[in-house]
Amino acid sequence: MKRFLSLTLLFTLFLAACETAASPAPTVVPPTAAEAPIAIVEPQTLTVFAAASLTDAFTEIGKSFETANPGVTVTFNFAGSQALRTQIEEGASVDVFASASGKEMDALVTGKFVADGVKQIFLNNKLVVILPSDNPARLEALEDIAKPGIKLVLAAEEVPVGNYARQALDLMNASFGVDFKDKVLANVVSNEDNVKQVVAKVQLGEADAGIVYTSDVVAATDLKTIEIPAELNVIAKYPIAPLTASTHADLAKVFVDYVLSAEGQATLQKWGFAPVK
Amino acid sequence: MCQFLKKQLSSWIFIIPSGILLALFVLPLAALLIRSVNEDFFKYVFSEQAFKALRLSLLTSTITTISAVVFGTPLAYMLANWKFKFKSWIELIIDLPIVLPPSVAGLALLIAFGRRGIFGPTLNLLDINLPFTTAAVVLAQIFVASPLYIRSARVGFSGIDQQLEEAAHVEGANQWQLFYEVMMPLAGRALLSGAILTWTRALGEFGATILFAGNLEGVTQTMPMAIYLGFERNLGIALALSVLLIAVSTLLLFFTKKLEQSEPG
Repeated sequence: MKRFLSLTLLFTLFLAACETAASPAPTVVPPTAAEAPIAIVEPQTLTVFAAASLTDAFTEIGKSFETANPGVTVTFNFAGSQALRTQIEEGASVDVFASASGKEMDALVTGKFVADGVKQIFLNNKLVVILPSDNPARLEALEDIAKPGIKLVLAAEEVPVGNYARQALDLMNASFGVDFKDKVLANVVSNEDNVKQVVAKVQLGEADAGIVYTSDVVAATDLKTIEIPAELNVIAKYPIAPLTASTHADLAKVFVDYVLSAEGQATLQKWGFAPVK
Repeated sequence: MCQFLKKQLSSWIFIIPSGILLALFVLPLAALLIRSVNEDFFKYVFSEQAFKALRLSLLTSTITTISAVVFGTPLAYMLANWKFKFKSWIELIIDLPIVLPPSVAGLALLIAFGRRGIFGPTLNLLDINLPFTTAAVVLAQIFVASPLYIRSARVGFSGIDQQLEEAAHVEGANQWQLFYEVMMPLAGRALLSGAILTWTRALGEFGATILFAGNLEGVTQTMPMAIYLGFERNLGIALALSVLLIAVSTLLLFFTKKLEQSEPG
């Protein structure tokens, strides 16, 4: 293959040489384009990779950021933080990364994709058990998620919310008995790839219960919930940071500041997150 | 020299674009192979997760292929030999899953056969619960892959000389005898290559499965699913499984090619 390609290339060059020999090449004058008038707003696109749980809140933040900064377009890629991290490591061109877990952000800092000391925690989130509105498995209390035979959907262990859920189950072992976690995990019928998939499977009524963030319930109003008391809950701290390879470093910083501003924090709160300021 | 080269130009008009496109096929696959070759390759290939995914993939795609043959052969035969109302509509419906994005297939299956789907309550009465089961994986594969078999079989049956059929009728053969003793042997190659295509497609099914069947190791996590999720957590296992899938698919396609080449006429 390599040989074929280089042969092709060689041949093309040869032909080009023939052309030049046949007719004297005209001197190429670089077009002296008239100085473009200095634009007041230079169109820029900011690419933000954000945890799936941020879908609704960041879509709104993006819109108001665009309004506040004419000429700027914000494009989002929402997915499980672990998936976004891999995409960044594999060379995706990204300006800002907002993760649902410190682990994914720290991996990027170690890999020099994010500069040391620039990440900031911008919100807290916690877990809740969700049920379809008609509660087909008749779950009333938190302990009921260990009832044999119920269909429980979690996020996979590598997805931040899946990891937090398993941490919370460890805490619950102390209250509900040492085999509580094992009983709950035996009820898992699917390990989904991001939190929104968990919400969708419960919303559709395919699963009897799921463990997601409290913020997810704000957008999905047709769900029933079972609270997880604070002492058994896990607080998810979301970090945000501009990427070192960002081609819009200044704008990326402005966006991060906006998320941390009173306005940005108010939007996050509206969507069920606990602001940090 | 230059004169000679220019005469060759017309053939390069074909060769260069073809080469570029071919490079697009070959380079990524080669890159995958190069990256996966390391001392950990066998560790990943023989890991428990890879083994479970491989076993599930082989099991489900084999059931899918058998179902496609059992239910698809009569359908293809009818489409090729009988004249009836709405035939072209039925053909269109069969071709649809081939061009539809698998995610649409998965969503459709969920809306139809999910617990809350349109037929969910009926299935519940029969104590059948499909989502998150291996049966759901098979259904998704049949939906997406069996049209390939039906298509190939239909073409195979249509290619048989009409005079042969008429002769069989004159000899007093009934539909079953005509089908089993005349058409089946003659269309055999088309049926086999269709079955192999269906098997390969079923092995690769991903989009419909993740929506309809979910992801649980050993139950619904097929090889493509393990590759997709492996990409996020363990690239090594994703690469090893990819190489395995490429090898199996290449072998199957090679076999189909051989079949096609040995076809008479």
